[in-house]
Amino acid sequence: MLTLGATRKNTRSLAAALLMGTALLAPGALAAQEDETTITAVMHSGLRVLDPVITTAHITRNHGYMIYDVLTAVDENFTPQPQMADWETSEDGLTYTFTLRDGLMFHDGAPVTGKDVVASLSRWGKKDSGGQLIFDVTESLEAPDDKTIVWTLSKPFPPLLDVISKQSAVPPFIMPARVAATSADETITEYIGSGPFVFNVDEYEPGVNVTYEKFDDYVPRDEPASWMAGGKVANVDNVVWTTMPDALTAINALSAGEIDYIEQVQIDLMPILTSNPDVIVEKRDELGYVTIGRPNHLHPPFDNKLIRQAAMAALDQESMLATMQGDPVYYNVCGAIFGCSTPLGDEAGSEVLTGGANIEAAKALLEEAGYDGTPIVLMAPTDVISLINQPVVAAQALREAGFEVDMQSMDWQSVVQRRAQQNPVSEGGWNMFFTNWMVPEISDPLINVMVNGRGDEAWFGWPTDSEIEELRAEFVAASDEATKKAVAVKIQEHVMDNVNYVMMGEYIIPQARRATIDNMIPSPVPVFWNMTKSAE
Amino acid sequence: MFLYILKRVLATIPVMLIVAIFVFLLLRLTPGDPAAILAGDAATPEQLERIRDRLGLNDPLLTQFMNWVGQLLRGDLGTSLLSNTSVAGMVADRLGPTINIAMMTITISVLLAVPMGVIAAWRHRTWIDFLVMSFSVLGFSVPVFVIGYILIQIFAIELRWVPVQGYKTPSDGLGAFFSRAILPSLTLATIYIALIARMTRASMLEVLGEDYIRTARAKGVRENVVLFRHALRNAAVPILTIIGTGFALLISGVVVTESVFNIPGIGRLTVDAILARDYPVIQAMILLTAGIYVFVNLLVDVSYSFFDPRIRY
Repeated sequence: MLTLGATRKNTRSLAAALLMGTALLAPGALAAQEDETTITAVMHSGLRVLDPVITTAHITRNHGYMIYDVLTAVDENFTPQPQMADWETSEDGLTYTFTLRDGLMFHDGAPVTGKDVVASLSRWGKKDSGGQLIFDVTESLEAPDDKTIVWTLSKPFPPLLDVISKQSAVPPFIMPARVAATSADETITEYIGSGPFVFNVDEYEPGVNVTYEKFDDYVPRDEPASWMAGGKVANVDNVVWTTMPDALTAINALSAGEIDYIEQVQIDLMPILTSNPDVIVEKRDELGYVTIGRPNHLHPPFDNKLIRQAAMAALDQESMLATMQGDPVYYNVCGAIFGCSTPLGDEAGSEVLTGGANIEAAKALLEEAGYDGTPIVLMAPTDVISLINQPVVAAQALREAGFEVDMQSMDWQSVVQRRAQQNPVSEGGWNMFFTNWMVPEISDPLINVMVNGRGDEAWFGWPTDSEIEELRAEFVAASDEATKKAVAVKIQEHVMDNVNYVMMGEYIIPQARRATIDNMIPSPVPVFWNMTKSAE
Repeated sequence: MFLYILKRVLATIPVMLIVAIFVFLLLRLTPGDPAAILAGDAATPEQLERIRDRLGLNDPLLTQFMNWVGQLLRGDLGTSLLSNTSVAGMVADRLGPTINIAMMTITISVLLAVPMGVIAAWRHRTWIDFLVMSFSVLGFSVPVFVIGYILIQIFAIELRWVPVQGYKTPSDGLGAFFSRAILPSLTLATIYIALIARMTRASMLEVLGEDYIRTARAKGVRENVVLFRHALRNAAVPILTIIGTGFALLISGVVVTESVFNIPGIGRLTVDAILARDYPVIQAMILLTAGIYVFVNLLVDVSYSFFDPRIRY
């Protein structure tokens, strides 16, 4: 006869035995991150594209900063500083001569030469909008010797250094000439830079793990690190980026000491971490992100300026930001299209945005415009957490003002495909969508793609706006900071009147780290040089 | 038997061809543009067009399909549009964690569920039966991620017996492997235990009412022999079917569990590829899944004859 008691006992003890046994088998398993030479970080997304020129994806840009170096870089005052090279500018502003510093070497041991720089800048110039503007006025870009690069222009381009020093979205990373010879529309297949970390190809699992090793031959600059500029000192032997699709898993792993760093923490999960004395939750930088609404200028009703103004009057930054972030510590009502904390940022004319929704004004504008009830197709992505709330809040506000709103839910990739359609709404087009940018990506008129007014050549939404193009040309020609600022304010006022896009405010996504991680540079781009790790 | 297996293997060819055509067309008809995903937010329409040309996305559908089939016939699953790495390599990297977790899950499930089902049937309408059935209902009803979080909270955070997340291969050390695989396996096993226990109980109840069981008992055969040698063997066919289907489901991807425990398996690869419209990866994954189902079903069918001599091929 079967002995039930024995079976029960055996069954009951099986799970415990499995768990206990595995714990005993793995004495080092729980101490994985006690290694002081490796930093394990959970980044905002998985790294899948390894070419930092072909894509504007932030994770690929971050990867670029790990393994590549740049010619010049902005410091925390948005001022270009020498990084791989010093420079001299001719008096007529037509010739820039860069001199590479000593000790620059690629990860394969080859020295960095002027030819590598020329090839890298040329490839970047085919892709980056600011780079294209420089190459429009480039007479020649040459390397007369291994250390020197001479960039000759046909007419002055005063913001040249600002453009090549920008930290986002596509900085001109320097690659070996043979790699940079790849077409700008094709992804590179060799990942060799001269930056402070080496990409470990063997350990790379697309979208899952990427491992960087300290480049022992990297020679940092002597100046202290400041944003992307200054000395890049690698203080750990390895940096591992791992992707965790589940936010709660990442938080539990950080709490348990299995990982060292989370780049972006969901606000609603923060209380789990803030109660842990071994974990620090903080703002890495004060610039953060902006969220914006983009109307389609090609088709009714947003081809009518008064109707765009009505939409802007109906929208309320505070309610949108509060819905997105919840905690006011992590958002900022801000009407400056170039960001509220940037040198060119100014809130001129933005009271309509920052003063709260004015439904009556919106209704009056709709009446004046003769709005005929044409429904607005508002694209609402459902799979990107930072973009879920904006369309919902906007739809409600627009309906209150009298708009007919057709909010269509779809995944983000469908938004990405559909927003490129210039067809009328009845043929698969659209009227409005929301997206987010890092503040450094919108901080001046050459970088901010939404102030491009070149119609079909402009960014999705395609405004044909000769006035803003004249202002942008004025900005390019401005040779001093005061003039640049004055032109930027004019562009700000113009955008507030013409509603090229609707600035919906700034927000910060906090980061979290173990208390053992220190000396992280407070820059908009998370970088791992200078970072230190001590024992638990 | 050999002829039967050969016939079944040959029958997979049209199945796979239909799946290939279906998935190819479905992907091309679904909104989304891999070029836009590759280029990022600030790309201009001209840049996108050039990237589409480079990726061959502007070629006629028939050309794209024939290129893909040609690659498949050469044993090449293609290259990921995003990471520019070999799809076969990506799948191989992800298959290991999935297979290992699936095997562990099925092992735990069978070891626990079959005895539970047998005992529940043997003690039909007693508190033991009630307990097993209650567990089954609970196992079906509680979402898998909730079970995962509960196990993490208890065993990883409170007791700190095992890590919260991650995956190590057995070659990294059996301790490291088991300590990371045990919680996801237990999480998944909850559902399968419920399923298999319920199926075992139902099958056993049917068999235990048969004349030959009564005869065996009348002859004084020990009860455990009656249950496990006579009854269970005759009740095995539906149980094997459930185990086989369950195993195929586990192999083809359990994305929620893989996400909760940060396991780089097939499920995550498939979902990530779908979200990124990485056509070659999605196509390979769906073909692989179809192949796994066909193969597992064949194995299950063949195994019937070992348990039930009445079944002959």
